[in-house]
Amino acid sequence: MKLDDLLSMWRIRALEEKIRDLRLEGPIVGSVHLANGQESVAVGACSQLRPQDALYATYRGHGWAVARGVPPREIFAELMGRVTGVNGGRGGSAHFSAPQHGFHGENSIVGAGAPIAVGAALAGKYDGSRRAAMTVFGDGAINQGAVAEAMNFAAALGLGVVFVCENNRYSELTPIDDMVAEPDLSRRASALGIPAVRIDGNDLAQVRTATRLAVEAAAAGRGPSFIEAHTQRIVGHYIGDSEQYRPAGELERDLVVEPIARLTRELLADGVPTESVERCERRAREEMETAAAAALRDPLADPATAKEHLYA
Amino acid sequence: MPEIVKLNVGGAVNAALARALDEMPETLLYGEDVALPGGVFGVTRGLQKRFGDRVFDTPISETAMLGAAVGAASFGRRPIVEIMWIDFSLVAFDQIVNQAANVRYVSEGRTTAPLTIRTQQGNAPGACAQHSQNLEALLLHVPGIRVAMPRTPQDSYDVLLAAIASDDPTVVIENRTLYAGSKEAVEIGGPVQPIGGHRRRRTGSDATVVCWGAITAKVLDAVDRLEGEGVSVDVIEAVWLNPFDTEVVLESAARTGRLLVVHEAARTGGFGAEVLARVAESGVPLRTAPRRLGLADSRIPSAPQLAAALLPQTNDVETALRELVAGGAA
Ligand SMILES: Cc1ncc(C[n+]2csc(CCOP(=O)(O)OP(=O)(O)O)c2C)c(N)n1
Ligand SMILES: [Mg+2]
Repeated sequence: MKLDDLLSMWRIRALEEKIRDLRLEGPIVGSVHLANGQESVAVGACSQLRPQDALYATYRGHGWAVARGVPPREIFAELMGRVTGVNGGRGGSAHFSAPQHGFHGENSIVGAGAPIAVGAALAGKYDGSRRAAMTVFGDGAINQGAVAEAMNFAAALGLGVVFVCENNRYSELTPIDDMVAEPDLSRRASALGIPAVRIDGNDLAQVRTATRLAVEAAAAGRGPSFIEAHTQRIVGHYIGDSEQYRPAGELERDLVVEPIARLTRELLADGVPTESVERCERRAREEMETAAAAALRDPLADPATAKEHLYA
Repeated sequence: MPEIVKLNVGGAVNAALARALDEMPETLLYGEDVALPGGVFGVTRGLQKRFGDRVFDTPISETAMLGAAVGAASFGRRPIVEIMWIDFSLVAFDQIVNQAANVRYVSEGRTTAPLTIRTQQGNAPGACAQHSQNLEALLLHVPGIRVAMPRTPQDSYDVLLAAIASDDPTVVIENRTLYAGSKEAVEIGGPVQPIGGHRRRRTGSDATVVCWGAITAKVLDAVDRLEGEGVSVDVIEAVWLNPFDTEVVLESAARTGRLLVVHEAARTGGFGAEVLARVAESGVPLRTAPRRLGLADSRIPSAPQLAAALLPQTNDVETALRELVAGGAA
């Protein structure tokens, strides 16, 4: 079980690292946001989602897509503008979706996914699905009006939304603590009458428990929940970020507590053979190499199709 | 004292901001990541260090950023707010359209909103649909808001200062693909110019092109290709779109008898339509039907080869000009 978790997290890490290589080598162009160091939140939260549940992510969403079951080859292909990409190259790194996997899209407008998730939960009230709608956003997004409106809307109407705030301490280049007077972001939600918890997002067990309770509440018609998951990105905000805002020593500390290092230590302490632990990384990297190579061989999306899909 | 320095667009914007903060103590400069980090494009680097608490970072709260600008402006401050991408202004459009634009008019001038919104727009390879739009026409549809789209280092400097000095809410739309461009000689420290005006980039007699923003570079490339074939084109870059220099367009169109408008924004409802309408209404006789080029009415895909198929390219401008000139052959 724990080894499966490690493999799941390594899949995300290996995907992100391969994306970084492809971005630096050329096949991927444009702005790319990686989630290295935050894998446990995606893996833990998605482990509690059922097929009928809806997930809304952000531009930092590749890992959430993988955790939801979107095939890596289609993600690589999307980022490289291939016809086989999840959206045939229309979405790109920061705005792709795969509703067939319950992945209802990244969003590049901070906070914009939250009201849409409210609508998914609203639909669930009428379609009998007992759908939980999960919207994940960053610490900075808590300061966006759309998020405040969405939270109160869901609370007032008793809608089954799971608000997941991935607090990685920074909004782009600015520390969240400089942009709020109340550092406990979960209090925004509790002030609105939403059950809210703050958890160590690097701890898969905590992420699992918090999301299980939230999804159960949503499915039972008990309304929204809010989870503030503390985590850290161990890479820049985007590929190319010089990260000058980081205080000395911070990254070194983060590399100790980040979820893959943490689970690896736990497994070894539990007596799991080193070989089994290392196999997770190796296997994940092999899978991603294979997926990326296949995507690289896929044909580019045809410019002649660029106008398709605008209207019904 | 005016002096000449070598600056790229980012440096020119920085110089204009520094001068405004220096010479106008009522100015404030704020936005997401602008102060301590110096902006995601590095354009505001060093300004907080130099000007202290008049330069500050804000939460990701565009409505509050712009609403606060309206309020502070009405109490004598002169806010300069950076909206990182024009796409993000949409979450705060109320403060621009219902608030800033109305303040002076409905108060009979008792309250004003001398604020400047610095933003940037446009497609860059790989950018997603929510980071690629050209939305100047939305703002140009709103009386009460001034709009400029400088492109060169010199214009970026002059236009921003003019905007800041202006007592009306003004949106200066830059383009991130230009910030780190090559350095050019820029005259800084000269008199602050009034708002308005155009730049005639080429002089010619066979056709008139009106354009604005980064796509002007493609227009100039196309025009220079035709130059070699003896086709000469008048190129008017509309650095200011509100106020727009209609007269100069009418004068040129009357002389050449052929008109093409080029913008990166979507064709339908683009400001190019307004330019053609003004020419049509003026009754200036044209030798052939006018043309416009813009984004094919579509969302903008992330894949560069898909986006390129929808956005006007140098070849499209060249072809349109050839057709225009052939169409109106005497
Ligand atoms: C409405 C809006 N404003 C600003 C931005 C620019 N922007 C993109 S990411 C980001 C920081 C978001 O920080 P946070 O919510 O903490 O998420 P993280 O990037 O840390 O995952 C900002 C300001 C945007 N995309 N949308
Ligand atoms: Mg963050």
